[in-house]
Amino acid sequence: MAEPGRALPVPTPETQGFWDGTNAGELRLQRCDSCGKNYFPPRPFCPGCASRKVSWFKASGKAVLWSYVIHHRPVPGFKPPYAIAVVQLAEGPRMMSNIVECEQTPEALQLDMELEVVFEKQNDTITLPLFRPAKD
Amino acid sequence: MRRNAVTVVGAAETTKLGVIPDMAQIQLHADAALNAMADCGLRPKDIDGIATAGETPVQLAHYLGITPTWVDGTSVGGCSFMIHVRHAAAAIESGLAKTILITHGESGRSRVGVGARSVAASSLNGQFEQPYGPMGPPSMFTIPVLRYMKTYGVTEEQIAQVCVVQREWAAKNPRATFKTPITTDDVLNSRMIAWPFRLLMCCLVTDGGGALILTSAERAKDFRTKPVYILGTGESVETPMVSQMEDFTSSRAFRVAGPTAFQQAGISVNDVDHLMIYDAFAHLPIYGLEDLGFLPRGEAAAFIAARNTAPGGMLPLNTNGGGLSFMHSGMYGMYALQESVRQMRHTAAAQVPNAKISVCHGVGGMFAASGTIIFTNEEP
Repeated sequence: MAEPGRALPVPTPETQGFWDGTNAGELRLQRCDSCGKNYFPPRPFCPGCASRKVSWFKASGKAVLWSYVIHHRPVPGFKPPYAIAVVQLAEGPRMMSNIVECEQTPEALQLDMELEVVFEKQNDTITLPLFRPAKD
Repeated sequence: MRRNAVTVVGAAETTKLGVIPDMAQIQLHADAALNAMADCGLRPKDIDGIATAGETPVQLAHYLGITPTWVDGTSVGGCSFMIHVRHAAAAIESGLAKTILITHGESGRSRVGVGARSVAASSLNGQFEQPYGPMGPPSMFTIPVLRYMKTYGVTEEQIAQVCVVQREWAAKNPRATFKTPITTDDVLNSRMIAWPFRLLMCCLVTDGGGALILTSAERAKDFRTKPVYILGTGESVETPMVSQMEDFTSSRAFRVAGPTAFQQAGISVNDVDHLMIYDAFAHLPIYGLEDLGFLPRGEAAAFIAARNTAPGGMLPLNTNGGGLSFMHSGMYGMYALQESVRQMRHTAAAQVPNAKISVCHGVGGMFAASGTIIFTNEEP
């Protein structure tokens, strides 16, 4: 039997648009049509002004490394040590993720380093947005 | 006397603290409750209000034989008990109940009579945090700290100093789990958990409980215990997801709860003789000192490293040894409250001489919630 993998999300009707996006290779955020706020995590109204007039849009995928820890304990689907990071997206919201294609060390992982999104397919329904050091 | 002032008349921890494999979690609640009732000479029939977290008030009322006219099951993590005190004070002031019992019990280490812990995969946490490999508070609560360190130039050594100083307080407390002195190097050389956090920068995981009994100051005169008055209270919540904190260098919930309590109490930070700041991890006293207004942003780590909060310092902080060295069952807030009450009764193991005002500040979840209680032993 295969070793247990990482915990995977179960989308809800309110978040399905985000996970549809990652399956299609897009990082989708929401923007309020009333006040212009970009926000995350997904919900069908604006957390800034409560307007229900909101739209999905494709984010640039550019981010900077905002903060992280390097976890040294075993977790299903991960090989310690590995970084659990929060990235600051160019569009404003922050999200938790992992940093890939990069040494998992304090020296390699510098706060404010530029990152770009990559998509890692987990199964037929779930693709996770991860981040790697920006190439350009 | 201030109209409708409310006091703590009963306060106690469980008979044992630490590793208690022979007691289910609900019995830890009950053991603490019976000790608190014995402390002030009450029996279950004298209690008409009950608040608790971890277990429900229904379970506790039935288990203890209480028929309440007021219940509060606010459960927002380790500061739930500060919030219960705030709600109970309001309930007594407005006449909803006369004598309120607040209990905590947690089989945090032995896990006897405790349900399984899990995060629903369809919750926001389950969808947007759990897939990236966190495993509980040591890998989550700590995530904002690198941003704080970079913003203010704080070092790992300075954060380690928080643990060293608290161990000095724990050495004075016979009930503390760890009493042996430690050095900065001991902290930095302890097992890496989630860099930059080492084992000794993380709280203990133990079994235990505590309970408080509150009544009006008017009625408090009939009790044998020295009344401890509630001078001010505050509460707030921010986000269940640490990744979604507004500011990684400060807690919004702290910045709401703390000043609300100080304003109600009508005091400033300069009036505070004794301070408890819930220390699940070594950075929490740093965030707390700044967000409560004791120090400007970025100065608390150096303040602690300069021994200002150590025994003999100007601002005695976490005098029971804290969650880092005394005990931490999971929802530590009750133990911080117990130490504030002991300091106000002048019965603490590491008593602050002539202490008149104690501030007790709690956190719930991973910067998710906060509650602040300000106590005094002088009739307000």
